[in-house]
Amino acid sequence: MVRINGEDVSADGVTIAQHLEREGSNPARVAVMINGEILPKAQYDTKMNDGDEVEIVGFVGGG
Amino acid sequence: MKITEEDFAKAVDSRSIKPSYELLKRAHVGIAGLGGLGSNIAAALARSGIGHLTLVDFDTVELSNINRQLYSLKHIGMKKTEALSEILQEINPFCEISLFDTFVDEKNCVELFDSCSVVCEAFDNAECKANLVNTLLLECRDKYIVAASGMAGKGRANEIVTKRLGKRFYICGDGATDVDDGEGLSAARVMVCAGHQASKVIEIILNLEE
Repeated sequence: MVRINGEDVSADGVTIAQHLEREGSNPARVAVMINGEILPKAQYDTKMNDGDEVEIVGFVGGG
Repeated sequence: MKITEEDFAKAVDSRSIKPSYELLKRAHVGIAGLGGLGSNIAAALARSGIGHLTLVDFDTVELSNINRQLYSLKHIGMKKTEALSEILQEINPFCEISLFDTFVDEKNCVELFDSCSVVCEAFDNAECKANLVNTLLLECRDKYIVAASGMAGKGRANEIVTKRLGKRFYICGDGATDVDDGEGLSAARVMVCAGHQASKVIEIILNLEE
């Protein structure tokens, strides 16, 4: 299980890019933290592993 | 009446059990974007006694900004950097202000905010927000980033929260309400979000976090 935004998800072996596509999230509008560290956009083919804590921030417009 | 910095510092500390002016005075905070979020964050930080603000925006004050941004009608047509600097000088003349009238992107942001210990992301465009946050978190390993996402619409102030997403990364907002969905932006709700950001900056500087 991977913990994504506070919820346990069966996403072991799934890449960040695949997960974003499934969720309909635009990679240009997110920041991804894995175990507290920012994941560079060039590494969105990284696979999530059992026990990983992943935070995906989707930015919306307005400010 | 001539107000000295000593008077100002005493006044700031007079409401506090633990004096904080000296710590805040030494702090250098960056604000990227001087719209509804950035202008209100800057006012809160200047009032609090932050010693140095770096303010960056390429834009000019327009009538459509007045419903939520700190500017007055007399500022219409002025660069936001110049207008905000004028307002802040009237609030706290002891706050050093560095102005950059430029578009912030992933190429210049590291240099622009080089000497800031905390940077507030206060843009309106979602992709610009994501770019700035990604770049600063990757390239500036010692900087705190306080970003915002989701403050469009009216009311529902309690939905706006601050979340910690990493050692040096916080995000304020409801995470959902998008200005592109047509609800618009309103002063009170944007100020709640700006207040969250400014409050987190003060917490970081005073090391008040649990």
